[in-house]
Amino acid sequence: MIKLVIQRLALGCLLLLAASALIFFGIEILPGDAAQAVLGRSATAEALANLRAEMGLGRPAIVRYFEWLGGVVRGDLGVALTNGVDITSALADRFSKTLFLAFWAALISVPLAIFLGLLAVRFRDRWPDKMISAITLTLISVPEFIVGYVIMFFVAVKWQLLNPLSIVTANMGVFERLEAILLPVLVLTFVVLAQMMRMTRAAILNVMESAYIETAELKGLSRFEIIARHAFPNSIAPVVNVVMLNMAYLIVGVVVVEVVFNYPGMGQYLVDHVTKRDVPVVQAAGLIFAAVYILFNMFADIISILANPRLRHPK
Amino acid sequence: MADTLVDVRGLKIGARIFPPGEKPKDIEIVHGVDFTVEKGKVLGLIGESGAGKSTIGLSTLAYGRGGVELTGGEVFVNGRDILNLKGGDLRTFRGHEVTYVSQSAAASFNPAKKIMAQVTEACTKHNLCSKEEAEARAVTLFTKLGLPDPENIGNRYPHQVSGGQLQRCMTALALCPQPDLVIFDEPTTALDVTTQIDVLAAIKEAIRDTGVAALYITHDLAVVAQVSDHIMVLQHGRMVEYGTVDHIINTPSEPYTQALVSVRSNIHEEKPETGDVVLKVDGISARYSGLKFDVLKDVSVELEAGHTLAVVGESGSGKSTLARVITGLLPPHTGSIEFGGRTLSADLAGRTKEDLRELQMIYQMADVAMNPRQTIGTIIGRPLEFYFGLKGAEKHKRIVELLDEIEMGEGFIDRYPAELSGGQKQRVCIARALAAKPKLIICDEVTSALDPLVAEDILKLLLNLQKIENVSYLFITHDLATVKAIADSIAVMYQGELVRYGPKSKVLNPPFDDYTDLLLSSVPEMKLGWLEEVLAHRKMESAGN
Amino acid sequence: MMRIPLSALIGLFFTGLFFLSAIFAPWIAPYDPSAIIGDFWEPISWEHWLGTDNIGRDLLSRMIYGGRTTIFVAAAATVISFTLGTTLAFSAVVIGGWVDMVLSRFIDLIMSIPTLIFALVVLSVVPVTIPVLILVMGLLDLTRVFRLARAVSVDINVMDYVEAAKLRGEKTMWIVFREILPNALSPLVAELGLRFIFMVLFVSTLSFLGLGVQPPDADWGGIVKENKEGLIYGIPAAIVPGIAIAILAISVNLIADWVLSRTASLKGGRNG
Repeated sequence: MIKLVIQRLALGCLLLLAASALIFFGIEILPGDAAQAVLGRSATAEALANLRAEMGLGRPAIVRYFEWLGGVVRGDLGVALTNGVDITSALADRFSKTLFLAFWAALISVPLAIFLGLLAVRFRDRWPDKMISAITLTLISVPEFIVGYVIMFFVAVKWQLLNPLSIVTANMGVFERLEAILLPVLVLTFVVLAQMMRMTRAAILNVMESAYIETAELKGLSRFEIIARHAFPNSIAPVVNVVMLNMAYLIVGVVVVEVVFNYPGMGQYLVDHVTKRDVPVVQAAGLIFAAVYILFNMFADIISILANPRLRHPK
Repeated sequence: MADTLVDVRGLKIGARIFPPGEKPKDIEIVHGVDFTVEKGKVLGLIGESGAGKSTIGLSTLAYGRGGVELTGGEVFVNGRDILNLKGGDLRTFRGHEVTYVSQSAAASFNPAKKIMAQVTEACTKHNLCSKEEAEARAVTLFTKLGLPDPENIGNRYPHQVSGGQLQRCMTALALCPQPDLVIFDEPTTALDVTTQIDVLAAIKEAIRDTGVAALYITHDLAVVAQVSDHIMVLQHGRMVEYGTVDHIINTPSEPYTQALVSVRSNIHEEKPETGDVVLKVDGISARYSGLKFDVLKDVSVELEAGHTLAVVGESGSGKSTLARVITGLLPPHTGSIEFGGRTLSADLAGRTKEDLRELQMIYQMADVAMNPRQTIGTIIGRPLEFYFGLKGAEKHKRIVELLDEIEMGEGFIDRYPAELSGGQKQRVCIARALAAKPKLIICDEVTSALDPLVAEDILKLLLNLQKIENVSYLFITHDLATVKAIADSIAVMYQGELVRYGPKSKVLNPPFDDYTDLLLSSVPEMKLGWLEEVLAHRKMESAGN
Repeated sequence: MMRIPLSALIGLFFTGLFFLSAIFAPWIAPYDPSAIIGDFWEPISWEHWLGTDNIGRDLLSRMIYGGRTTIFVAAAATVISFTLGTTLAFSAVVIGGWVDMVLSRFIDLIMSIPTLIFALVVLSVVPVTIPVLILVMGLLDLTRVFRLARAVSVDINVMDYVEAAKLRGEKTMWIVFREILPNALSPLVAELGLRFIFMVLFVSTLSFLGLGVQPPDADWGGIVKENKEGLIYGIPAAIVPGIAIAILAISVNLIADWVLSRTASLKGGRNG
């Protein structure tokens, strides 16, 4: 089993490396280089040449890739083209803000999704299940930013309950900050809740249909005992897996939600610099998002390995 | 009536089915069945698939599986009407008075918990006895059921013991609360025949020692005859015949029962040798990529024109691998195959169209051997078009001829496989093979998935066709009754090796090697006291050694 | 013969409605979508069924033309991802060996980066035009189609009836088109619907972020972006495209569900 976990860890590292290469060389092979992108089409040849020299575009891509990668490993992500700001320090602040947002969204959505998933299983094919499934289908069918604006429109504008934009400043206390991010957290919760709840329902149903649940029922165990003693231990792995996959999804959902609420996190930063065509920032932010995503997926797999009784207790 | 334990009167069971594209409808699957079980006695429930035997068995637990509902009648256990038990009373009843052993112990044990915890759970949850007492009972049962290391086997997880052992653990689980009745639902069907006999003996001994009553559900009359006092024969949710084992086995009165009793007793007369060899397999060894050992070890067999060679063995014997090697799907690393006087290329790609035409195959699961999107006409017609270039009316005529040969009418030509019964599907597969006018057909467990009476018809059809077409069969099976009914010569395989090979009369008669002896003596026979005879015989032999 | 359930009928009705209005936009739209014909954010009236937008253009006309852009871009990207995805997947399965290995690992790698992030990285260097947008979306999404088509055809490829065809000596083309494809079609058609919805959401999101369809053209996502400031003053114009997207997505979902359930029922019996 340990071998499998180590294999998965190694695969995770390999994927990270490959993803970094993909992000770097992906930009290289595309038509139009970074300098052209920054200056636009009307740039003079002289200006282009100057910027290319400044960005070191003259040297082979492979050399620049390893320089960049070396910098990433040391925590040096380079400087932004547009304003010369050190990317690492700019990102660090924004990353912590994004994590703050994602953390609270996860804290609300995970228990809620599991609870609703259980509820749907308990009342399978009856009205609570059907209602939950209809609502989640609707939520999945609407883009994140619309969910954001609908909530903002009603909660903040029509009913005047909260401030529509999420301005977080350094001297705010925890509660003030929480109040400020309540709306985006709510939206993020809705965005991941639907998917997570559906997957939880499917995972638990799968367990509840096993023959050993019938055995437990025929032993005369109560509904609660069956769930607690037989269904629960076998559901942990699939449910944790579902949660991990949705956390990865949440990290992406954050990009759009930050733009909707003007929240100064990683996502907004990334979108902003894509518009400005500031390649080094885009590469750095893209790599961090990809890394988080890859890590969550890796955790999900490792937890499945660890929870498998066949692997935990070999013959 | 003092010792009546179970009394079932007018039991009706319904189910809701969901036909595609239609509204769900309720159908009745058991139409009023009455029976009683006396204390300490065993009642066998026998019938083919769809007879409703499992459903009836579970009704004595007041349980309906997957949308099945008890719609009428009464079920009394220990004088109580159990269909009206509710909540805690029902749970205590299920945990204590009646227990259940399923066909697949592997799926019925929770993979995340140790065996002991699951065996003793009913006792401790219903406060039948202390945990220590329950564990002591479990160890006693493990010993009685002949499990290895009975003191410690409970500390293992379900996946850490073998299938046969787990089936015995499931029996221990059912017996641990000291119930009045145990329902055995096909407990040995999924096991190999040499494992089955041990589990069967263990179950029988446990029933006798504990004095528990039992319902024994199976499709195999020979098995049920060994453990039951009475037998009830069921067909399509109705009782056909009820009586003592002696009556049912030796003097059955209903035609259906008579058919079930005689079904596996056909013996095909061995054809004389002709010397006209169609297939010659010489010194084949093969392994799957990634495996470190050979799954076939130096196997050589021959098959004459118009003859049948049965390849017999249990799971893991390599018998299906032999078929894959002959068809070219798995090239062997040593050895050669001669077919129709020429040497066949080891892999499929190197064979001529003529090689492929003359060597056809029929599969175990007719369901997945036919493309569900093609009509019967397309399925049978394709080889005609592919090998002989037949088209239009000519092709149609030949398809109709083939449908006649398999005793199905022209009306099936536009039907899809999903509309056919299991037996009909297998017939279509036979017709598809025959369409190529082959010299040899490889039959891979072609009757194993079918009910005994249907299987017998298929075997008869195959024998008939052999006479007409002079085709040879390489017949792969685990079932010795099938072997007797069809083979001219037999190859017995064990763990990839050919342990015995020759004409049927020689292979099935002494002197035996150890494995063939074990295999042959493990096949249940349709007679009373067979199990005891075999066990006594084996004991004597091992004492003699 | 064939009974279409009510939910699928509703889905078909609305999907049809959206596609028709996209195709016949110039004849249906009451005004020129880029003409300023009134005050900004006028309320709903008989002249302007959905009111006017942030600079006084007729919102209904903009919605109809925006829908045309959204549906066109999404459909074109779906066609790309589907043709390439299924072709690659079937080739991988049939050829097998290292071709299958390399393709599958490469697809795994691309999927290890979230699609939106990948799209943002790419769009930071290439000029954002509609053909580029379609290409980027189609190429990124073919990974999912590839995975599904590969899984489905691998499942079918190990069926006994495919083995029987191979033993008969059938050519690869016959096996792919006669044995595998007819049985893979239904799940793939259902997936086609889901991919289309995903594309609609994807292009809307990109446009909303300012990285999709560029002004003065606008798709539904772009209309949200144009009118989002109005929300703070209580003007719901930005929510209208959201409702349109939701209705389209749910309708296509209902159709996909129906196609899938028809597949499932085929296994049981064919008398529908």
